Amino acid sequence: MISIRDLHKYFGALHVLKGIDLDVQKGEVLSVIGASGSGKSTLLYCINGLEKIQDGAVTVDGTDVHAKGTDINKLRQKLGMVFQQWNSFPHLTALENVALAPRIVKGKSKAEAREIAAKQLQHVGLGEKLDVYPSALSGGQQQRLAIARALAMEPEYMLFDEATSALDPELVGEVLDTMRLLADEGMTMICVTHEMGFARDVSDRVAFFHQGVMEEIGPPAQIFGDARSEHTRKFLANVR
Amino acid sequence: MEPTLKFFSGFAPNDLWFMGEAALRTLWISVLSISLGTVLGTLFGWMLYEGRRAATLTLAPVLDVFRSVPLIIQLVLFYNFAPIVGLNLDPFASGTVILTVYTAALVANVARGGIEAVGAPMRRAARSLGLSYWQDLRHVVLPIGGRAVFPSWVGVALGVMKDSALVSVLGYVELLKASQILITRTQEPFLILALAGAFYFALSYPVSRYATHLENRWAQ
Ligand SMILES: Nc1ncnc2c1ncn2[C@@H]1O[C@H](COP(=O)(O)OP(=O)(O)OP(=O)(O)O)[C@@H](O)[C@H]1O
Ligand SMILES: [Mg+2]
Repeated sequence: MISIRDLHKYFGALHVLKGIDLDVQKGEVLSVIGASGSGKSTLLYCINGLEKIQDGAVTVDGTDVHAKGTDINKLRQKLGMVFQQWNSFPHLTALENVALAPRIVKGKSKAEAREIAAKQLQHVGLGEKLDVYPSALSGGQQQRLAIARALAMEPEYMLFDEATSALDPELVGEVLDTMRLLADEGMTMICVTHEMGFARDVSDRVAFFHQGVMEEIGPPAQIFGDARSEHTRKFLANVR
Repeated sequence: MEPTLKFFSGFAPNDLWFMGEAALRTLWISVLSISLGTVLGTLFGWMLYEGRRAATLTLAPVLDVFRSVPLIIQLVLFYNFAPIVGLNLDPFASGTVILTVYTAALVANVARGGIEAVGAPMRRAARSLGLSYWQDLRHVVLPIGGRAVFPSWVGVALGVMKDSALVSVLGYVELLKASQILITRTQEPFLILALAGAFYFALSYPVSRYATHLENRWAQ
């Protein structure tokens, strides 16, 4: 379980997250929506320790992410993350991209790591592209590569930060399908997304962020059909 | 007839051998300085990138000095003043020290550019996989940034190889010094300078060809 308690995050004087309280249970799919600058990405970064926090706490399966003694590199193996920009390692083939972290972080043998990588690439539908360099892959394929790369560490949670926002419209579908597949397999997921269809169909709950505050959280039917907050209704009216 | 005779008798096949040996000395001092300077410069570049106050306040101005003062002045000053602080270095060692520091000062900027070229998003992605700071540097920043600035580094390396000619002022008999000696004896400056030029070309051309080959391989 991911537990967030009274989380405050500042960038200098800018108060970006203003006291977030949120629990995400094992197996849950949570979508996070909200306007640009509302702090959605920052929330994900605070969950896997890519950003420091100023107050409150984030715990993952009981481990305090921001405590001094926490082995953050070990903890991050539990928390796969996929970014808006896919960030493929350009000097490595698809297979090597995926095999890198299992090999150097988990200390797997070269053969083991390649086997894991091949399996995960198959999983996201890139079984034919093992020896191809990222420059020869489309944006959608590179994003699926990024998903396979995260999955190769056998994470228990996946954090998606607008995984489809940088893609050409015709490539969005294949990535959303892969995310759906993971959700169906029971992966615990937090998805920051602008894809309202995905949020509505796939998530168990939807959280709406507004200016650093989690204004509202609830089942998709309630958020999309009967939002309590004025801001949520306004936001949803604008994106549709 | 007499001057022609002198011309042919002046430059003997043996002298070519003499120049070849000198070219090897040029190669040796260059390879040594460029290697050491690259390691040191990469370290400096990393320090500059990390931008701790101490590095920006102390290291950056020092590197600026080594980059901007003409190499020949650095060499002469260092060779003559090092003994005062108890360092008795021969011309080769003095030349190596200065060429190394000079290379490091140039490589520092190249290396910092390389780290910057990798960009924060790529590094966050690497760290999110569980790579430690050092694993990220070694397995992501070094290969990606290294390739990005490889052409600039080759430029620095070839430049330093040519600049190593300046170590001749200390009396180290590398290619240029050897040429000067032969010119004095044979009075045939054009022939000998052309030969020296050919030697320098023979040293740099394979390097730049190999560099182009690598860049092409990485480009695909
Ligand atoms: N490294 C940083 N330094 C300073 N300010 C930052 C930094 N990262 C984010 N911010 C600011 O924090 C606020 C929240 O940013 P964040 O990226 O979390 O928003 P977001 O909800 O993900 O928006 P978007 O939909 O555009 O991705 C913004 O005002 C942003 O400018
Ligand atoms: Mg964002």
